[in-house]
Formats: sequence, structure tokens, C-alpha cells
Amino acid sequence: MSAHGLSGPRVRLDRLPRRRRVNTSMEALAWLAAAIGVGILGVMVWSIASKGWSALNLDLLTKPPIPFSLTNAPQGLSNAFAGTLVIVALATAMALPVGILVAVYLNEFAPPSIRSSVGLVIDVLAGVPAIVVGIFVFVLLVVGSGQSAIKGAFALAILMLPFVARTTMEVLALVPNSLREASLGLGVAHWRTTLSIVLPRAAGGIVTGTVLAVARVAGETAPLLFTSSIAGTQTSWNPTHALQTIPVAIFELSESPDPKDHARAWAAGFILLLFILLASLTARWLSARRTRI
Amino acid sequence: MIEPAVRVETRRQPMPPRERLEPIFQVEALDAIYGAKPAIKGVSMDIYKNLVTAIIGPSGCGKSTYIRCFNRMNDLIPSFRQTGTIRYHGQDICASNIDPVAVRRNIGMVFQRPNPFPKSIYDNVAWGCRVLGMKDDLDERVERALTQAALWDEVKDRLKASGLSLSGGQQQRLCIARAIAVEPDVVLMDEPASALDPIATQAIEQLMLDLKSEYTFVIVTHNMQQAARVADMTAFFSISRGDEGERFGELIEYDATAKIFTAPSDRRTEDYVTGRFG
Amino acid sequence: MSAADATATPTRRPFTGRRVRFGDVLLQLVAGAAALGATVLVGLIVWKLVDGSRLALSKYGLGFVTHVAWNPVAGHEVYGAGSFLFGTIVTSFFALLIATPVAIGIALFLTELAPRTIRAPVTALVETLAAVPSVLVGLWGILVLGPVLRADVEPWLHSALGWIPLFGPPSSSGASVFTAIVVLAIMILPIVSSISRELFLGVPPELKEGALALGTTRWEMVRGVVLTYSRGGVAAALILGLGRAMGEAIAVTQVIGGGVFIHWNLFSTGDTLGSKIASSYQGASTQLQAASLIYLGLVLLVLSLVANIAAQVIVRRVARKHGVTRGGHA
Repeated sequence: MSAHGLSGPRVRLDRLPRRRRVNTSMEALAWLAAAIGVGILGVMVWSIASKGWSALNLDLLTKPPIPFSLTNAPQGLSNAFAGTLVIVALATAMALPVGILVAVYLNEFAPPSIRSSVGLVIDVLAGVPAIVVGIFVFVLLVVGSGQSAIKGAFALAILMLPFVARTTMEVLALVPNSLREASLGLGVAHWRTTLSIVLPRAAGGIVTGTVLAVARVAGETAPLLFTSSIAGTQTSWNPTHALQTIPVAIFELSESPDPKDHARAWAAGFILLLFILLASLTARWLSARRTRI
Repeated sequence: MIEPAVRVETRRQPMPPRERLEPIFQVEALDAIYGAKPAIKGVSMDIYKNLVTAIIGPSGCGKSTYIRCFNRMNDLIPSFRQTGTIRYHGQDICASNIDPVAVRRNIGMVFQRPNPFPKSIYDNVAWGCRVLGMKDDLDERVERALTQAALWDEVKDRLKASGLSLSGGQQQRLCIARAIAVEPDVVLMDEPASALDPIATQAIEQLMLDLKSEYTFVIVTHNMQQAARVADMTAFFSISRGDEGERFGELIEYDATAKIFTAPSDRRTEDYVTGRFG
Repeated sequence: MSAADATATPTRRPFTGRRVRFGDVLLQLVAGAAALGATVLVGLIVWKLVDGSRLALSKYGLGFVTHVAWNPVAGHEVYGAGSFLFGTIVTSFFALLIATPVAIGIALFLTELAPRTIRAPVTALVETLAAVPSVLVGLWGILVLGPVLRADVEPWLHSALGWIPLFGPPSSSGASVFTAIVVLAIMILPIVSSISRELFLGVPPELKEGALALGTTRWEMVRGVVLTYSRGGVAAALILGLGRAMGEAIAVTQVIGGGVFIHWNLFSTGDTLGSKIASSYQGASTQLQAASLIYLGLVLLVLSLVANIAAQVIVRRVARKHGVTRGGHA
């Protein structure tokens, strides 16, 4: 009885033990890779959560930063929180309708050749680095006329657009053709069918896609550096001014040598991460609920 | 004697007498279960070397499950459990200390739908040899396997072409060549011709007859005529009901093919082969 | 055929002719305009960057791309992308080198090895890694990872492999090209891993069974069937990861330290195209500097467009190939 348990005529005792050792080592490596992946996430989230939690206080949300702070007076990032809300809301308002329209055109009206080539362009657009988008909007809108929250929102909208368009296209494609045919068969016009039958049916998926897009873009720093970064420290909700945002604030604080600044950066980062994770979870839960029906 | 629904016309040679038959598998009280549902129960039979053994029966009687026990392919399904023994050259290959990889080395399988690798025709046959350590005279091994699979003449000029560029029947013969290239003892065939046209089917049946002197074939088929044409021994499985009303597959009768089709002992066998059911 | 026809309900509607509904035309126009706008956007981005960098383009031409210099001091002004291009290439290449085996290992783990119960949670966790914004990865990188690398990893690498010019004297503060490489590897890991995972899931099970039935081990089957089948898709995933690494500016700026030179020592500081641009956001002192910064952006855009288009083309070609190869004719 040999190691692998089989003996008899025509049974090869070839390199099986060695092959089995190779197999086991490879499996061990795969386990290791998974452990590394999960471990890194764990370490990062743990750092952000623990350092952020200990530095968390209400001042962060209610008090503005004090420039050149050599004082120990309480300060926060209220301007950044306000600015982020304004800019993300504006960006969503810009990207959502355009993204939906693009998806509607490509999925409901466009011939297959246009659908694939425009689809390719949209995928390429998705790959343009955020910092390049920032410079683009800078050259397009900021040069000569200054920064503003609207321009920052525009840059973020460019980042959101391909994402919203793609997810909306996928959701539209999932709407069964029989629905469209039923409506058209009644004599309802194409445009009416699209707006009253197809889109409402796809609404859930569009909402999910939007939530995910917002989660993604809330943490974007690069496009805002050139469009809405040189901002006042007082909390402002005026979109025509450049407004401070959380990601940019964290970015600036991370470059500072002052540990008090680092503390505020961790705290703001913790809130940002929490928001993003909650948004992603909500989106996932929403889509799971829909498919279960 | 009954008038079979099937005319037993075959090109096979008559079987050697029972005493000279050598068992290669000895199955004892084999039960197979998926989760809570039994698939087959209480199967006991001997499969003999260098014969073609056919497993026939209505759909759902567990034929595929049964044949996949012989090369431990059911291990890939998480809810699968089995009890009983299958002795191969005297050792129980179902035992937990037996490595399935070693088992599959000696007991090959051809599947219902052709599944050649996305590689060249040459590499489809050669890859298994390379990995399993049979690297010498690779060209010769490939040619021999393809010749035995009755495919060599058709592909010898385009060995570099993709295996997927062949027709369905050729692909299946390529899969057979791939399986015999690694020199197994036994080739299990799970309905190998069910996805093929009659001409391709005939080629594969002839193959089994020509090669059985070197290999042992066990073939699952839902086509009775096919069993009658190629098999020396035939095992008839059918669906039975248990005490709690559960359905499972069971070996009803196992004998020389001629007897199964002309003078079956069991009423259920007779019903099946005369076409009264199934 | 007027606009009124679409909304009015006439009592008798003749079947003659095709009515062009105003609503259809309007929706198609508006939606088509949106699609056109999106398409044009990419071209517009290229055009505007060329426009903005005109001053530097005319002054330096293509030599800018390889010229190693960056001096904004008045009177000695000279600019060039050379050292930053070098930085981008080095950081992205090494990040991909580190991330690829881990990402593929994770993907194989999730598709072949993981017990059913932990499959979904681990998949979700790895994808969550992608959700962490770059500014937070950079924050963690400079305040947590950097010091650890400086204190433990870099000295060890230097003592063990110091004869290779890559592993010179360790950095002084944790900000280095090496830290940037690790940070980038972490950032592209989830992308490569999730694309690879989907590719491996798409390998037809009968191919895997065919290989296992020959008596191969699981690893041999993976190497011969799964990896071969997904070859093209994985290549595209790697290129996408590379493009992502090249374009990342924020996290890199936070950890790389800055500098205008070409060193082989990974532990020195440096800059990439993205990080140079990001660190100059507070303003350029002269028109020429501004134009040169935009020129840097243009170079980066070209690099990432090439990577992106290559990846998309491969993806489409692979999808076509695998859609066709389902058995043959009878």
C-alpha cells in the first residue's frame, strides 16, 4: 500500500507526491493572499476608526477652522461639511439627468453600432484620472474667473457621469422587452413608453446606482483642488464662492506637521468613511431587496 | 424467450466464458445520497476487465451518479455522500484515505457534451500527458491516441488548429483521445453520443469495440439499441420507491447483453427493454 | 402632422402614413444631445489641455516629456516632465508587480478554495477596499504606514538587498517612492481582483471537469484551464490597474515627499506626474509654470487614455471570442 493508497498493475507512482505538494503550497499561497487583502482593509479601517473616534467631537461639525492656529481654541471643520453637502448635491443634480438621458438614448433609441461606440467612449471617459478632470475644468472655467463651488461640482459631475450612465444602461436593459411591446402594442408612443413605463420600472436600480456614485464622489479630492479649494474659513453655503470640502480639508491637514491637525483629519476621515460605507451598504441592501421581490 | 423491441444486431465478438472473466471493479452495497435525497441504493455488481459494460435505465434512475462514483467525480459536489465499497484491483477507492487524483489517473472519463480545452488539437491531447509526467515521445503519444480515437487522418494536417474548430463528433473523439492518451485502465463514458448525429455515434461505438482489448469501457446510455450494439454486459437500473415514499435508483438486473434483451429474469427489465415503459 | 396631433385625441385616426410624434423627436433629440455631449467631452478634455499648455508646448515641444528639470525661480525658469514621467512609470510598474499576484491569488481563493460561507463576506470586504477614498489611504499612508516602513521594512530591505541600487539608504520620514508604491498597490488590488474573480467564475465548468477527470490536481487544472481561458481578460484587468495607478495623484502626493530628480533608490522621495500637479494646486507663479503644469496633465492624460483604450479593446475582443466558442456544428 503506497502513500496515495493505490497499487496494482498500470498504476503509476509517478510524480504524484511532488505534484500534490505543489498543489498544497499553491493553495496555501491563495489563502495567504486572501488574508493579506482582508488584513490590509482591516488595518486601514481600524486605524481610521480608532484614531478618528478618539478625536471625534461636536466641535468638528459646529466650529470653523482657525487659520494659522497657534491657539488651543476649539476649532472644527464646519465649513468643509457645509461645502461638501453643497458641492455633492450640485454634482448629483448635474450628473443624474444627463446620465439618465445618455442611457435612455443608448438603450432605447440608438442603433447597435452607435451604442457600442458611444459605450466605448463612456468607458474611456470613466478612466480619465480625476486630477486631469480637475485641470480640464480649471482651464475651461476657472482661468480668468476664479474658483467656485459650482465649478467644483461640475468637475465631480464629469466623474459621476460615466458611472451613472453605465449603471442606468444596465438597469434599462433588464427591463423586459415584453413590457415595452405591451405598451407600444396599445398604441402608446415610444417616448411615452420610455418615460412612463420603462423608466419607472428601472427607477430602483437608478437610485441604487446614484447612491453608489455619490458615495464614490464624496471622497474625491483631486478635481476640487483646482476648482474649489482656496476658500474662506467661515461656513458658507453660497455656491458661487469656492467652498472648502472634507476631502480637500483632510488633504491639507495631512500635510501639516501639527498633531492637532492630524487629529481633526482622522476625525473627518472617520465620518467620511462611515458615510461612504453606509451609502454602499444601503445601495447593496436596496438592490438585494429589489431582486428578491 | 421474448420478442425484444430491439433487434440485437452487433459486430461485437462473443464474450469469453464467465470463468475466464476477470473483475476489475467489485461494487458492494453502494448507496449515494445528495444532501437528504438518495440517488441510488444497495448496488452490488462486478465489472469485468476488457469488456464493454452498459448501464441502461429510465431517466432519473441515477445512472450518471453511479458512473461518477467510479472516478470520484461526485466529490466535486458538496452535498454528496456515499456508503458501500467499490474495489478496484482489490482496494476500496471510495475510502477516505484514497486520493481522488490518483484514482482519476487510472480511470478516465468522457462526458456527455464534448468539452475540449481551448487549446490546439495537439495540446488538447498532449497537455494531460505533460502534466502527469509522460513527457517522453509526446508526438508519438499524441499520434497513437488520435489514431485509436479514429481521428488522426482527419486532423493530422492541422494539429495546431484549435480544438474548438472541429465538428461535434470530432470534438468528442478528441476528448476520447485526450482521455486515452494518459493510458488509463478504464474509460467511463457518460452518454458520450447523446449530443451527436448517427454517423458520429457509429464512429464512437466502433471505437469502443476496437479498443476494448486494451481498455475497459463502462458506458451509460439511454439508448437501448446502442447498448445492444456495443455492450458485452448490461446493467439495468430503475426507479424504486422506499418505505417513506422517497424515490431512488436501484440495480434491477445485470447480465450478458444478449440475455438482458432476449430473456430477462426480472419483470421490470422485460417491461423496459420491450418498450412498455421508459 | 403637427405637434397638436400627438396630444389631441381625434375621433377617427386614419392609418395612412407614418406619424412622426413630436414627443419622440424631442426625447430623441434631447437624449441624443446628452449622448453626443458625453462623447464630445473626451475630445474636449484633450483639446482644452492642449490649449492650456500652449505656452509650454510651443516653448519646449516634445522634448519637455523627457527633460529632467523643474525650476520656477525667476530668471532660471525651466520646466520638464522627465523626472515625473519616470516617477509615474516606476511607481505604477512596481505597484502592479506587487498587486498582481495578490489580486489573482484572492480571485482564485474566492472562486476555487473558499468555503461557501466565507465566500460572500470576503468578496464584499475586498470590494470595500475599493470604496476607501484616496485621500484617506494617503492619510493612513503618511501617518501610519510610512513610519512603519521607515522604521522596520526599509532598513531590513537595505541590509538584505542593499547591493541592488533599488534598495539604497532608507528614507528619513517614511515619505518615499517605496511608500507610494505600497499605497498604489493597495489601491489597485481590488480592481484587478474583482475583475479577475468574475473572469474565473465565467470559465465553463465542463472544461474544469474535463481537466480534473484526467487526474490533474486542482492547481494543475487552474493553471492549464482557468488561467489560460481567462488570459485575455486578466491582461485587460492588469492594464486597467496600471492606468488607475498612473492616474492616482492624491494618495501619492501625500506619501511621496517630492523632488525633481531621477534616483534608482526606491527609498528616496520623488514625484509623479499626478503628484506634481496636485502639490502645485495653490497656484503657479508664472504663465509658463502654469502652462507647464497643464502640459504635465496632458502627458498623464495621453498615458491613461492609451492604457484605458487598450484595456477596453481587449475586453471587447475577449467577450466576442468567448461568446462564439460554444461547441461546433453537428
